[in-house]
Order: sequence, then structure tokens, then C-alpha cells
Amino acid sequence: MSETTEDTVRAEARAWLEANWNPDLSLLEWRNRLVESGWGAPTWPTDWYGKGYPDALGRIVEEEFERIGAVSVARTGIRNLAAATILAHGSDLHKEKFLRRILTGEDTWCQLFSEPGSGSDLAGATTRADKKGNKWIVNGQKVWTTSAHHAQYGLLLARTDWDLPKHKGLSYFILNIEQPGVEVVPLRQMNGHASFNQVFFTDAEIEPEFQVSELGDGWNVATTTLMHERRGADGLRRYQQATDRPGRCYEEEAEEIAHQLEPYKWYPQRAGRTDLIIERAKATGMNTDPAVRQEIAKLMIMAKSAEWTARRARAAQAQGRPQGPEGSIGKLTASNVAKQAAHVHTMISGADAMLTGEDSPMDGVISEILVSFPATSIAGGTDEIQRNIISERVLKMPKEPRTDTKGPFRDVPRNVVS
Amino acid sequence: MKFSFSDEQEEFRVFLRRFLEDKSPTTEVRRLMETDEGYDEAVWKQLSTDLGLPAVHVPEEYGGQGFSFGELGIVLEEMGRALLCAPYFSSAVLATIAILNAGTEEQKRTLLPPLAAGEKRAALAFTEPNGRWDNSGVELTATASDGGYRLDGTKSYVLDGHTADMIVVLARQPGTSGDHGLSLFTVSSDADGLSRALLKTMDPTRKQARLEFQSVQADLLGEEGGAAAPMALTLDQAAICLANEMVGGAERLRESALDYSMMRVQFGRAIGSFQTMKHKFADMLIEVELAKAAAYYAAAAAAEEDEDLPALASLAKAGASEAYMQTAIKTVQTHGGIGFTWDNDTHLWFKRAKSSEVFLGDPSHHREQLMQRWDV
Repeated sequence: MSETTEDTVRAEARAWLEANWNPDLSLLEWRNRLVESGWGAPTWPTDWYGKGYPDALGRIVEEEFERIGAVSVARTGIRNLAAATILAHGSDLHKEKFLRRILTGEDTWCQLFSEPGSGSDLAGATTRADKKGNKWIVNGQKVWTTSAHHAQYGLLLARTDWDLPKHKGLSYFILNIEQPGVEVVPLRQMNGHASFNQVFFTDAEIEPEFQVSELGDGWNVATTTLMHERRGADGLRRYQQATDRPGRCYEEEAEEIAHQLEPYKWYPQRAGRTDLIIERAKATGMNTDPAVRQEIAKLMIMAKSAEWTARRARAAQAQGRPQGPEGSIGKLTASNVAKQAAHVHTMISGADAMLTGEDSPMDGVISEILVSFPATSIAGGTDEIQRNIISERVLKMPKEPRTDTKGPFRDVPRNVVS
Repeated sequence: MKFSFSDEQEEFRVFLRRFLEDKSPTTEVRRLMETDEGYDEAVWKQLSTDLGLPAVHVPEEYGGQGFSFGELGIVLEEMGRALLCAPYFSSAVLATIAILNAGTEEQKRTLLPPLAAGEKRAALAFTEPNGRWDNSGVELTATASDGGYRLDGTKSYVLDGHTADMIVVLARQPGTSGDHGLSLFTVSSDADGLSRALLKTMDPTRKQARLEFQSVQADLLGEEGGAAAPMALTLDQAAICLANEMVGGAERLRESALDYSMMRVQFGRAIGSFQTMKHKFADMLIEVELAKAAAYYAAAAAAEEDEDLPALASLAKAGASEAYMQTAIKTVQTHGGIGFTWDNDTHLWFKRAKSSEVFLGDPSHHREQLMQRWDV
């Protein structure tokens, strides 16, 4: 990309923002301006609220937003994945109906993929969609559904043909959550929080035009969604940051963020809170225990090396070099760090590690680490699946032999779910 | 720099790798490890004269090429990978760096050019039979006499101490302790009163000697009583160099284990197709990649004279030691019975992993150092 293009885009973005940004607008009014101008989603196609810029130019525009402090389009949650999937596979009707309200934040989305009987093996979904008359009728259950309790729409992977092989009998739909056949029930985790939901379908209805792509193309479409999910889950994910600056637009954005992120306030703890280790060790006096010092050092060596490995991957990417193995190991190293951090926090806390809530250190933060870190080894691809991915894709070792992908899905052994 | 190599550095690595694959196949490693000298004179000449490797990190005014620890790290990583048997770590790393850190301008101009050219080889004698890696372990004494100094005591675990032309010796003024009263000296290998004995090392690819000093005449290197700081810096820089050498060896082992797992058939399939092996290899990759990231970061920090250098040296050394040893153990295991035989090459690297794990301080020592250096 030439310097000139970058400079031109930067100058244009700056000029537009300087002429239009006004923190006293309502959040919706400002985002509607962004949508109409194309500056809110500059990497989207020009036909659909964007400017058709490559990612590198998108980042330039983002820098200009940051420079002037302008609020962006809505970005939290699953709506990004919905938008990416609709842009890649959706019909004009889908784009017309959904994309704009995704950017303005008027609609919230959820992802209806995981089921009690299929976690790592998502293609084993048994939630069914059957054509009755002119409608799709959905029955079954999804789980680990982020945001379902305040979502308007869900990205649904459902089985439409049980006689085809596993991956061929799935179809992809956009489902309206706000209907009688859909029941959303919070799912309480071992750490006491309920950040996710179970979603039950009893004859829920979908109009035929809300099928995405072809019948039986569901796994292919889901792969697009998952690819974008992984891209956002590489440990460098940027959560939208609220500011306390005055102005109606900022205030409404802060409210939106607080509402969206409230269920996930324990997320920092699941990563192990390595940042607290040294101050805690000093505060408890455990920094003088040689055994504890050894374990702290092991943790710090692992955490620092993991950070530098991630930066090596980013540097290679920035230089346009082929990504080496360092790019694929972040998820698993994060699990290793979380485990060791929980172990060290336990040593540091001594008997207090048995307590929780206000009786435990740091008003419960430490105990929350100790009961939250296992999530890191499961969510977004288990440690075991990560090891399969690393060995098969990076090390080119043979794939697992499979007995579930040929022949009709109805004959494949699967879980009995009550 | 801390997170990537330049195109020139990558080319340098490719060039070195080809040279070392040619000059240090395992047949050569096996031949040289059975000799007392432990290296091939012709190969040493080539890598000195044709490639200028002992001069890489030496400033141009002292006959060097003026590169830094980034390039030196690459040299060591490739030497570790090829398990090169040569007095490079002893002379070009330990002794050369000690002279660079401690020597006066005039001493550097006199002593360094022949070392940088590979015409002479030096060894750094700092550890003693007590096996301590810090300055407080030094008991060998230096006594002023006739305008010079006389050394008395014993040095041990001295890399290539039996073949070096010159010994750089760390000694203390009688009656001092800890960091006080320490000075560095140079001693000619044929000095009267110096006796040198080759030690039987478990890792035969890296020779060590025990040196007895009985009233040996020595020349002061640098400032009298001021060796503590330059010596500490030397050991930190050396630990970073060793970490880079270790990750080279670890990666070579990891690759050899992976190759074998794809070739070896049991129960009608390559053993590398079993999930238990695949997961082991994913973990091995992580261990080696993390150790590499730390070794590279520390080398770049050494090049930039980063003030956190002591902590980074300990971090990189502890990380690389664990990764190399664990990879060596898993590589033997992957090979099964054949991996435990003398004929299989794995033990050559396994033993280097073990000697490197201990040399300059084992992982526990460096983890404790890291905690102290970060003021925990």
C-alpha cells in the first residue's frame, strides 16, 4: 500500500470526523451518521455502509477515531460475528434488514451453536429444523449462549437432514429469539456467576427467507462464523472501553458497555491474574518462602515468554512474513499460565484460599481466580482440541481417524440428552 | 529487534546452518568427543578465518566485526543445533566477553585481536571445586609480588581449560569476601606452577578442566579489586548466550523426535498418528517456542544494554534449561528402546542439555536470582 493512499485516507477520515463528531448527539443519532457516511465500518463493502477498504486502511481510520475520541459503531458481543457471516453468505434481504441495526447497536445477537451433546464436536448438533408448510419448525436445545437473555436474533446451526452425512445435513438460520417457542434460561457456572444461557426450542418458527445460504450448507457458513470468532479470541481482543468523558454520546455508550459486559466481570480472573501475584506475595509475607519464590518465578518465566511469543507472531505478521508456529500456541499457553497462576495464588493465600466472598482475600477476587481458571482450558476450544490443531496444522501430524463423518448421521453414535 | 530478525540476520542464519551441517555431522561429533582436545583444528581455522565467527561481537577497533549479541545469539543457536565441538563458547564467549568488560583500553587492543582472529584461544576460569556460580564462591588468592601477582588455588569446571593458550582467572585478595577484593588476571597456559587436568565430563562434546595454581605469575586484567561488576555482567551475558545455544539444540531434538514419530510404525500405523504422541508434540512445541522467545528477547536486550539485563538473563537461562532438558527426555521417550542406545544420536544432545542445565547455574538458582533481581 502506498504512503499516499494511507495519507489520503487519514486526511479524509480526520476531516470528516472534525466536521461531524459531536459528543452531545444521542448514541443512535451519531451511529446513524457513521452508517450513512461509511466511516463507521470502512472495511465493509461500499454497497453496505462501508468504504471497501482493506484492513490496513481500516486501522488508519480507527486511529483517527481514537485521536479525536469519537465513539465507534457498536462492536461488543456476537454482533460482529453475525455481521461477518451475513456479509459473506447472507442474501440482500438479510443485509438490508440486519446490518444497519448491528452497527447502530439497536439489535443484539447470539450464537446458537453449542449443545449439551456437542461441544468440541459442533457438527454433531442435533437441534432439528423441519419444514412444515411454508415454515421451518425448530426443536432442541443450545447451551453456553452468550447474550441470549437480551438478544433479538440468533445465528442457528440446526440439522435439516438426518440421512445425509454429519456435515452435510446441517443448515444455517437466523432465528428471532423474541417468540413463544424460544425459552432462555441462565446457566449457573461453578464460580456462581451466570454469564451464559441455555436456550430451549419448542416448535420455534423461522420464515423460509431467514435460511442463510443453501440447504445443507450450514457447516460451511458456521465455519465463517467460527473463523471470525477465533480471530477475535487470540488474546489480543479489544474490549470496548467506556470513558467517563462528559457528553450524551459517551454516557449512552458507557451504559451500553456496562450492560453488555456485566455478566463477564469475572473474565480477568479466569486468566489467573498474574498481575496480582507479586504484590500479594509481598503483602502476605510469602515472598520470603523459597518454595513460593520458585513457583512465582516459574509463572513469571512462562507468562513473560508467552507474551514475547505473541509479540513475535505479531511482528512476523506486520512484516508480511509467513506466520510461524508462534501464532498457533497462544490459547494453550494462556491455559498453562492460568493454571500455574491459580496454583501460586493458592500458595500465597495459605488457609485463606479456603474462603470465598468478603471473607476471602481482596473481597473475593482471589477465590474467584481459584474457581474460574478451569474455564480458560475449555472455552473457545479445549486444551485437547488446541493440541490436535497444533499437531495437525502446524506439525503436519496425521489427522485423527474418524468414524462419524461417512454414512447417514442418524446411524452415528451420539449422546443421550435428557 | 526483540521480536524479529532482520533479513540480513535470517540470511546469516541460513548460511551458518549450511556450514555447520557440513562441518559438524554427528559422525564428526562422535569422532571429536572421543578426543582429549575435543575439536578439529581445521574446522576451527575455517570458522575463524573464512567466517570470522569468533570476531562477530568484538568491536572493530579490537579486530572484530562489530556486531552484537543479536548476531552472537544466532551463531550460538546454530552451534547448539549442530552440537558443534569447538572451543567457541569458552574462548569467543566467556573469555572474550570478560576481557571486553574488564580490560583496559590497551589490554583490549593487545589481547582481543588474536582471539577475534581465532589464532589464540582463551578460557575463563571462575568456578572452583565448591561449584558456586557467583562471585562469593571465589577462594583462589592473588598476592602482589615483585610488581606483579602470584595466584594460588584451584579452578574447576573450566571450559576447554586444558587446551586454551591463555587463562583469564578470577581471584581475590587474601582476607576479602563476597564481591570485595576480586580481580581478574591473565595467565599464560605454559606458566610455571600451573597444572591442568582434563575432567571426565558426562557431556563429552564440551570439555572441562581442573586447573591448579601454585604461585603462578599473573598479569592484572583491568582494575585491581574491581572485577565484581564486570564479572557479573560477563556471567549474565554468557547465560544469555548459553540460553540461545540451548534453544538451538532443543529445536533440533524436537524436530528429530517428530521425524521419527512419523516414520516409526507400530500397531499398523505411524506412532505419530496416536493422539497421545500428537499432544506430547504440541506441548514440546510450546516449551521450545517459549524458550526461544525468551532467549531472543534477552539477546536483543543484551545488544541494547537494557537495564533489566540481569533479570532477563536469569529468565532466559532458566527457561531454556527446562525446555532443553524436557525436550531431551521426551525425545528419548519418543524413540523408545532405540533412543536409549549409544548408536542413536539423541544422547549426544541429551548430555549437552544436562551439562548446559547445570553450567552457569541450574534453573532453581536462576529462578531465585530472577526473584532477587526483580526485588520480590
